[in-house]
Amino acid sequence: MEFRSTEDQLEISELDPFLAELLRQIPASTKTECVPAAEQRLFSAPADPIERELCAEWKLYVQPELRRLFGTATDTVASDLQQLNENERPFANCTLQIPHEHAAAWLSALNQARLVIAAKYNFTEKELCDHYRSPIGSRRDLSLFQVNFYGFLQEFILRELESG
Amino acid sequence: MSWQPRRGGAEVALSPLLAPVHLLVATKTSFESSVENPTIEHETRSDEAVDLPWQVVVHNDPVNLMSYVTMVFQKVFGFPREKAERHMLEVHQKGRSIVWSGLRERGELYVQQLHGYLLLATIERVG
Repeated sequence: MEFRSTEDQLEISELDPFLAELLRQIPASTKTECVPAAEQRLFSAPADPIERELCAEWKLYVQPELRRLFGTATDTVASDLQQLNENERPFANCTLQIPHEHAAAWLSALNQARLVIAAKYNFTEKELCDHYRSPIGSRRDLSLFQVNFYGFLQEFILRELESG
Repeated sequence: MSWQPRRGGAEVALSPLLAPVHLLVATKTSFESSVENPTIEHETRSDEAVDLPWQVVVHNDPVNLMSYVTMVFQKVFGFPREKAERHMLEVHQKGRSIVWSGLRERGELYVQQLHGYLLLATIERVG
């Protein structure tokens, strides 16, 4: 896998089918349905529960706005990911191009996915720092690898944004 | 973003020192007895001064990347990189960092922005 940044886009080339599939999983991984811990994490309380009025208003006015914001970012990423389905040879390495103006949406969607997966599997801080665990073994190991791979992508995007 | 948070000034418990209206009674001395009525000046403090004691706190989260949190602090608060990193490290090492303090209304907007970036943030009364 290779990263490079051009004037108007970020490019990830030589993506092998396994990593390409992990990328395709980003939009689905952001879904919080059936994962109350993830829902709680993405839509955390703005204040101590003792501030009842503030928390109630937040739920009513701010949470729908956040939901819309997160959904827009995921839609943008899903649309960019369509490129991965255009490969004529299904098991060949492929290339993904991310326009610079989509970088913020990618950071958000990757973060949403990482938080949802981490909440779903209740990963510990120690596990999250274990960047060498093989993805082969269990669904949990694969998900940990997914979280770290998405984090790696976030780092790449952040670095490119900073240098650009 | 269309939502405008309500003003929260009315909910803040006011200490006598922060009372919104101060009456300054400039009474004339007996040497100036030619003036029949003393001048009464009203100095009104703005709602903003009354509504001061709130702070925005960012809490530790093992998932968010350190570089990402630094970038968010720079974007939301306009912190220079060094200051953003200092707060990020405080969050990481101490579990929380007070990143801003002031009026409740603005604090709520900051928390909303931080939640938009998926950081764990809350607004608290100072003290």
